[in-house]
This record gives sequence, structure tokens and C-alpha cells, in this order.
Amino acid sequence: MTNEELLEIVEKEAENTAKFRHRLGVCTGTGCMSSRSAAIVTELQAEVKKRGLENEIQVKKVGCMGLCAAGPIISVQPENIFYRDMTPEEAVSVIDSLDSEPLHEKMIDISEPFFYRQEKYALENAGVVDPERIEDYIAAGGYAALIRAITEMTPLDVIQEIIASGLRGRGGAGYPTGLKWSTVAKIESDLKYIVCNADEGDPGAFMDRSVLESDPHRVLEGMAIAAFAVGASQGYIYVRAEYPLAIKRMKAAIKQAEKMGLLGQDICGTPFNFKVDVRLGAGAFVCGEETALLNSIEGNRGMPRLRPPYPAEAGLFQKPTLVNNVETFANISGIIGDGGKWFARIGTAKSKGTKVFALTGKIKNTGLIEVPMGITLREIVYDIGGGIPNGRKFKAIQTGGPSGGCIPAEHLDTPVDYESLKALGSMMGSGGMIVIDDTSNMIDMARFFMEFSMEESCGKCAPCRVGTVQLYNLLGKFQQGEATEADLATLEELCDLVRNTSLCGLGQAAPNPIVSTLRYFRNEYLEKMKPSAAAAKEEAR
Amino acid sequence: MLIANRKIAPPDSDRRWKIVDATMRKQGYSPTALIEALHTVQEAFGHVSGEALEFVSESLNVPPSKVYGVATFYNLFNMVPLGEHVFSLCTGTACYVKGSGEVLEFMKTEYGLEPGQTTLDGSLTFMAARCVGACGLAPVMILDGEVVGRLSPDQMKERIREWMSHDE
Repeated sequence: MTNEELLEIVEKEAENTAKFRHRLGVCTGTGCMSSRSAAIVTELQAEVKKRGLENEIQVKKVGCMGLCAAGPIISVQPENIFYRDMTPEEAVSVIDSLDSEPLHEKMIDISEPFFYRQEKYALENAGVVDPERIEDYIAAGGYAALIRAITEMTPLDVIQEIIASGLRGRGGAGYPTGLKWSTVAKIESDLKYIVCNADEGDPGAFMDRSVLESDPHRVLEGMAIAAFAVGASQGYIYVRAEYPLAIKRMKAAIKQAEKMGLLGQDICGTPFNFKVDVRLGAGAFVCGEETALLNSIEGNRGMPRLRPPYPAEAGLFQKPTLVNNVETFANISGIIGDGGKWFARIGTAKSKGTKVFALTGKIKNTGLIEVPMGITLREIVYDIGGGIPNGRKFKAIQTGGPSGGCIPAEHLDTPVDYESLKALGSMMGSGGMIVIDDTSNMIDMARFFMEFSMEESCGKCAPCRVGTVQLYNLLGKFQQGEATEADLATLEELCDLVRNTSLCGLGQAAPNPIVSTLRYFRNEYLEKMKPSAAAAKEEAR
Repeated sequence: MLIANRKIAPPDSDRRWKIVDATMRKQGYSPTALIEALHTVQEAFGHVSGEALEFVSESLNVPPSKVYGVATFYNLFNMVPLGEHVFSLCTGTACYVKGSGEVLEFMKTEYGLEPGQTTLDGSLTFMAARCVGACGLAPVMILDGEVVGRLSPDQMKERIREWMSHDE
């Protein structure tokens, strides 16, 4: 495929689109699919056919539009109308309304902050393109960046552009992406690998899932650009087996890209070869840790390796390996297309660009959002999220999954960036944001996460394997009101120990939910201590 | 070393072994195909039996201890057959905050089922899912593959009672 051929497809698609007077997009993300959106598509297609309007009305499946709370959603273009809570029965009335009055009672108010406060970058195409058609992605400007990179740029140019963008790993740790790429690029080896970490294990997180389901080609393009930059020829996407739709769409996308010559041998007539395979996870949270993930791809138990050597030096099959998260790859084509400087204009001094979050829990507008770095938590919760439902009070927002912490109301004005969240004892994490209202007890929350870490501990190192069980049991004592002064001291000491001596990120971060709730909600722990001990504590003050 | 064809006799004449063999052959019977092979076994047979472990072990030339180790390490592989019906309750954070813990308790008191257990008559397996990524619908439960969401814990219990009695 050459640039000319790519432009031909773009033109042809544009002509095709212009043919239709109205274009209906039905969300076929997981949330909407389980609310029968597939039936809506079938129903709409049948109805359009019955009325003989196939050449006037287009019905297409699109990815996640973000506002999962209102799903299934149907979009109407070019009118730019969005309908909420659709059913197959009601969907037909959307066709009726096309040339007359829109269905006012079902319309989503797109002038709300949920829409205008967001900045779509990685999710640019989500809800717009048909994730099962490569032509649709190309029509939206897809693969132009890849062709530009391999025909007009050198690998070093590409890396320079990524460094200039200031992009940092979106998996949670925030390691500078450009630096990682240049490390892998510098190492001499006959074989290098690109690995896309799509083992999104954090409970309450579905960002990567939505990206894979809504815009799989974007991730592939990012991986291919990365492969060109670091000199890799084989890529793996490690996806959780719990995401069947994402797997299906990704596999289909790889086939389409291969057929068009955008993946495979001699891409675009250059000597650049790159092949991508999908590998399935099998339900082990620890495999989200990069070295455990590599072990899993090799067919072993997903247990982390000692670092160094880092995967950049000796990763998959002991070869230099670049491991990045789905969202990181989803940002690449934009950076190459528009330039690193253009990307870097968004965000704060140290955290550039946008971040996708899955906003869930006790919040009105549950869904998938993408916001510029530096936005405050308050803006996310009250403007975009629409606040807490049922007249309850905001208590905390949990970020970073089982490795993160709970941030209380007094810190709601904190800007969202890697450093600020870390300073609060939480972390950016992969992007799960769970809002907790005043009906939840923080010891219960901490124990919930500890149970998770305890069960998901792979057992390789003792601090994590044994420590998480002890922490879990200690929290149980607090829950039952049987904890003593000594238990509180042990709890804090043990948190410190597990954090400092565990082998991998899972263990090192496992105490975070306890540490952060002890920091901000210490009273709840004190109240639950044995009466005598609590009284003594009070006296001592 | 990749091998094009390795003739290990399957445990019996069940045609599904051919599908398992095909997965391993595609990867040249490389030991790295272990997890892929187990996925195929589980998909074809519904669970990973002892004889399947042996078959995979011999075909890939991987020690049985390692095959067993890998199969039991990952939560997705179940070593015993599931019940006729499967009920999964999502216990991810978003679902937990919205009351899935209450339903977990309910399954214990009302039906005596802990996550991972199957009723004595083999009609139902109760599972707790980590997070199914449908947090927008929290709390979520999956009844025989059908995702049911956006219900209060009480409505969920009602729905489970209904669903549990639908065979009677």
C-alpha cells in the first residue's frame, strides 16, 4: 500500500458517505451490547431495507460513545443528535423522526459538561468509525501516520517526535515512552519484540477494552510505528480472555491490515516487516506486570521476573522487548501525524496529553471519558460526572485500582497528573476512577482490595504471599471491632514491610489502599478499635 | 525446535482432540504453545481434564508437573466440569460499591454456594468474576452468558430466585 492508494480509499469512502442523507451509528461496545444493541442494528437494517431506503440511510456499528450510563446510544449524523436508552422497538421510531421532529424526550443534551469538558485524542475515533472495517479507519485518517513514518522518516526521527511529545506510559507508572523506545532501539539484536499490554486487570477499569473494541486499528498502527522505530519485526497483543469482543475485533483487524499490506512483509514496498499475533490471558491479575506478562506469552506461569535486566534488554525469549500499554499505543499515530509539539501543548509541565478514565461507582454519568492532564478531580466528579446520585455525599474517589488509594473530598481540587496523584498516596494507574459515597465504609474498601491482592498474589515472593494474608486478617479484626493498639501498629509496620520488600509492583503497591485510608480516614479505624484501647488513645491526646 | 507433525495418540476417539492437536501443530508443538493449547481444551471440552493435561504434556514435550502448574495457576482454567447453568457475579470495585457483596452473601445463605462451587445435582455453578469490564452497568451478573446489569441488590436477588426456579 502506498500513500496514493491510501488516499484513494479515503476518497472512495468520502463519496460513499456523502451518498447517504442520514447516517445512524449504533454503539456496539460491551456495555451497550449487553443492553441489546446488536438487536438494534439488525432491527434498523431490516427496517431501512423494508422501506427501500438503503441508499439514503446508513446504519453502522460504531464503538463506545462514552456515556455508558445512557446506553444503548444511537447517533444521527449529520444532524449530530444522540438518543439514549434505546431499545430495538424504539429504534424504528428514530427512522420515522429523521425528516421531521427529533425525538426530544430521548435526546441526550450534548451541551452538558460531560461532552464539552472532554478532549478526545486516543478515543478520537471511538463511536465514530466502524471498528470492524479498516476502510472506515483509513477514511478517518488512519494509517497515514504509519506510511509517513516508514517512507519519509528515519527511526530516529520517529523517536525524537515521541520524546518531544512528552508522552508517558499510560499503563499507570508513567515511564517516559520516548526514553523506553530509544533504549530498545539502541540495543543490537537479530530479533526484537513489541508487546502490547492489554491485560487490563484492575477491577473497575475498562479503558483499554473500549479502545480495543472501538478502534483496534489505531492500536495496531501505533504498534507498527513503534516496531519501525525500535527495529522490531514481531509483535504480540496480550489480551485478557475475559474480553471476547476485543479479541474478536483485534484478530479481524490484524487480518484486514495484513490483506492491505499494512502489516506483514515489505510494508509499503519498504524493507520493513512486522507481524502481530494475539495472545490470550487466562485470568491472572499479576500478568499485567510486564515481566509476568512476558512469562505468560512464553507459555509459563505468569510470575514476575527480577529486574534488571529490564525487558528493554532481555525481555520476551530473552530478546530486547518494548512493552507498552494499549492507550500508549493509541496515542502514537496522532503524535506522528500532528507532531510531538502539538501533542505536548495539552497537559501540565510533566504530564502531557490526555488520559482516558473509566468513571464508575456512585456517580451520575458513568462511562468512559478522556480529559486533558491537569484537570481537577472536582471537575471530573461534578462537571463531567454530574455529581453523586440520590442526594448522597461524596466521600472519596479511588484511583489506581488495587495498587492505588482513596482520595478524600478535601483534595478534590488536585490536578490530575502522575506526580500530584502520587503525592496524595494514590496513583494515576491505568485509569479506573471509582466514586465512593458516604454509604461506604473505608475499612471495608481497604479489605476488599486486600482480598483481591491476596488472591491474585502469584506466590513467588514471601512478603506478598504471606503479607497480604496477614494484612487481610488484621483488617478483619478491625471490621469486627476486636483490634487493639498493637494491631494498629502491626498493620502499619506490615504495610511498610510488604511495600519495601516485595518483588514486583503488585506486592509493592498492595498496601496502598490501607495506607491511604489510614491517612485520610484514620478515625474509622480508631472507632472500630476495642473500646478500652480507643478510650486510652483518646486520653493520651 | 519446531516440529511439523508429532503423532501422539489422543486419549480416545473424541473428534475434539483434533482441534486441540491443530492448535499445537500450528505452533510447531513448541512448549510456548502450552497456554494456547489449554485454552483450546477448555473451549472444546468445557474443562481441563487429567487426560487432557497428559495429552498436551506429551504433545508439547513439557513435563506434566509444569502443565499442571500452569493450568492451575490461571483462574480461567477449571479442572472439573461446570454445572449445566453458570451464574457469574461480578465482584469488581464498581459492582462492589453498588452492592454486589450483598448478593454474594445471599448466595451463601440462600443456596449454600460459595464462589467456584457447583450444586450437588450438577445443575448450577456459581462463580465470582473479577471484573467483566461492564462497570457502566454495575452491579453486573451473568446468567448463562446473558449480562444483566443496572439492578439494585434486591432486584438482583429477585431475578436470581426467578432464574433458579426456571427449570422446575
